Amino acid sequence: MSAASETAGPKGSPNFHVAHHFDSADTQFDAGRMGVWLFLVTEILFFGGLFCAFFIFRSWYFDSFVEAHHHLDWKLGALNTVFLITSSLTMALAVRSAQVSNQKLTSQMLLATILLACAFLVVKYFEYTHKIHDGLLPAGYFSGQGFTSAHPGVFFSIYFVMTGIHGLHVVIGIGLLLWILFRNMRGEFSSRYYVGVEGVGLYWHLVDLVWIYLFPLLYLVG
Amino acid sequence: MSREATADGIAIPAGGRNYINAEQGIWSWLTTVDHKRIGLMYLASTFTAFLIGGIFALLLRFELLSPKEDIMTAPQYNQAFTLHGAIMVFLFIIPSIPGGLGNFIIPIAIGAKDVAFPKLNLLSLYLYWIGAIFTVSCLVTTGLDTGWTFYIPYSSTVSQTSVIAVTFGVFILGFSSILTGLNFIVTIHKLRAPGMTFFRLPLMLWAAYATSLIQVLATPVLAITLLLLIFERSFGIGIFDPKLGGDPVLFQHFFWFYSHPAVYIMILPGMGIASELIAVHSHRRIFGYRAIAFSSVAIALLGFLVWGHHMFTSGQSELSSTIFSFITFFIAVPSGVKVFNWTATMWKGSIAWNAPMLYGMSFLFLFTIGGLTGLPLAMIGADLHLHDTYFVVAHFHYVMVGGTVVAFIGGLHHWWPKMTGKMYSNKAATVACALIFVGFNMTFFTQFILGTQGMPRRYYTYLDQFQPLHAFSTYGSWVLGAGLFLVLFTFIHSIFKGEKAPKNPWGARSLEWVCDSPPPTENFARTPTVTHGPYDFPTTVNR
Repeated sequence: MSAASETAGPKGSPNFHVAHHFDSADTQFDAGRMGVWLFLVTEILFFGGLFCAFFIFRSWYFDSFVEAHHHLDWKLGALNTVFLITSSLTMALAVRSAQVSNQKLTSQMLLATILLACAFLVVKYFEYTHKIHDGLLPAGYFSGQGFTSAHPGVFFSIYFVMTGIHGLHVVIGIGLLLWILFRNMRGEFSSRYYVGVEGVGLYWHLVDLVWIYLFPLLYLVG
Repeated sequence: MSREATADGIAIPAGGRNYINAEQGIWSWLTTVDHKRIGLMYLASTFTAFLIGGIFALLLRFELLSPKEDIMTAPQYNQAFTLHGAIMVFLFIIPSIPGGLGNFIIPIAIGAKDVAFPKLNLLSLYLYWIGAIFTVSCLVTTGLDTGWTFYIPYSSTVSQTSVIAVTFGVFILGFSSILTGLNFIVTIHKLRAPGMTFFRLPLMLWAAYATSLIQVLATPVLAITLLLLIFERSFGIGIFDPKLGGDPVLFQHFFWFYSHPAVYIMILPGMGIASELIAVHSHRRIFGYRAIAFSSVAIALLGFLVWGHHMFTSGQSELSSTIFSFITFFIAVPSGVKVFNWTATMWKGSIAWNAPMLYGMSFLFLFTIGGLTGLPLAMIGADLHLHDTYFVVAHFHYVMVGGTVVAFIGGLHHWWPKMTGKMYSNKAATVACALIFVGFNMTFFTQFILGTQGMPRRYYTYLDQFQPLHAFSTYGSWVLGAGLFLVLFTFIHSIFKGEKAPKNPWGARSLEWVCDSPPPTENFARTPTVTHGPYDFPTTVNR
């Protein structure tokens, strides 16, 4: 174990040490990465329930879904898609910079990711305000005018639940990114140890990926 | 010979520090990341939940002594059976074996110093406590009367009780369960000692691995279901509410997509323990190791495809029902494989007549009845008759109590010397086991008969003709309760008066019996090298 920590110990990462129950830094790294991937699996199943509900109600209330989805602004949705995809790029670059021990670039890329995430939330805020103003609310409070189909409220229920829970994941993601940014500024990450950056990166890509499905389903095809 | 070679220099000399006395004070327990201490705290917590749920059970049975209102009104009865179910399922059975025994045994049995993520492990325990507080908070507010299944629309629009607090509690408990499962999967993959191949894992660990897979894959669906239920109740989102265009059957699909696999979260660890009890106390290499190991994984995977058999009468299509019925029968195959292998393991074994073995055999007997009575329920035609009767109640109690709880208590007797360093009175433990076995069968076999005669579940009253059987069942519950209390007294007596336990009181071969009783904080002085399987007993036994 002592031999392992000498070879695998990160240069310039004074706070890093191999936890006592791992035989080497590599095992610890693998374990951490495996844990993150398993967590992502749970996220997919979590959202899976919502996608399942979306497809069921879309097939039952097809007319309502088509009619209601015209009330979503696809331009704002597309703008947010650009924000998130770009943020995934900056996130990937942050992981890459950590891998090559470029601490400064890692911080810059993490900051860029956080700003793009905030921009996403700002756009989302304007979208939500507009919907609430028009009474385009979940079924129980729906008061939208001029609808001809029977169940537009169910569409907005699903819209608010799915984008709301996704938005919550963005907020949590910003928190995680700030934590990683803080740790990076303390010099904890380097080519020898970057599992924290990579883990949050994987989470962030998943948040992005969920939106990649939400945008066409809700805004484009309805 | 190989055992001595393995043990040499690995265990820390006796008489030194162990994990219990390594640090003192309540704060050292609350901030510990030692998997053994966390396991003990899980055991204490889940046993408290078991006690509360058990008191509700005794109250329910007391009410059913006669058809009239004995000690509670109909609404109070609804609350009592709901809380009995919810507490037993979410606070006791699901977390007890993985969180308690699993936490304690898994890292030691693979030769590791701890689980892969010790802090996450402590977080799981705290999440359990927080979820438990939300769940039992309803006891001092308006209670809960929806049944543990929270069916909509009753739970979303009708019930006046604390549905949101309890479902939020269960939502948090789900995170606890997910994180425990995730931790165990990574632990078993990454922290096995040199020489500990997958096929040298004790079968308890295969079962724990399969359980963890279900916890990770199924629990998120419960999380989103309960979240939608909370939104339904608080914001009227109308995804489940038929008045707003939603579908209550969709709730049942979502709910059982988790809760049927969750049945295997409950029974698989029990099966794992049974494998240990029967093999170790028969001193016999387990028959069909790989068959038992793979059947655990098969049960875990098949368990995801059968949830619709809870909904034969809920208005799902006949085609769905037929397919779900068909797949359900397949579950009997891996379950049968296990039962036959356990039985074959005992054959020509050197069977020890001690409490753990008696629990092992009780498990085998009761689980077989529980499993076989599942088959008529899987048949659509028979199920239409038996659905929501006491037959179902008896069936799942045979699996959950006769199977899981009996295995759990057997496992406690098996690992108690390791966990506490104390032996217990085998005589008292044997009497307790006999009381539990007799009391359990009195209580629940009666209910099979009641069910076939048409006694519906969840009623505080019944037709006069059912009274003799109901009364008999209630008497049985007292015997069962007495047996369980005797278990508690046996253990308490052991803590204060028990003899010191040796390292390996049962002559077992797996790694947890190589380290001291109780183990030191780091389990092993240096990482052991494994040279044999967990059930390679010497061919001759001197006793």
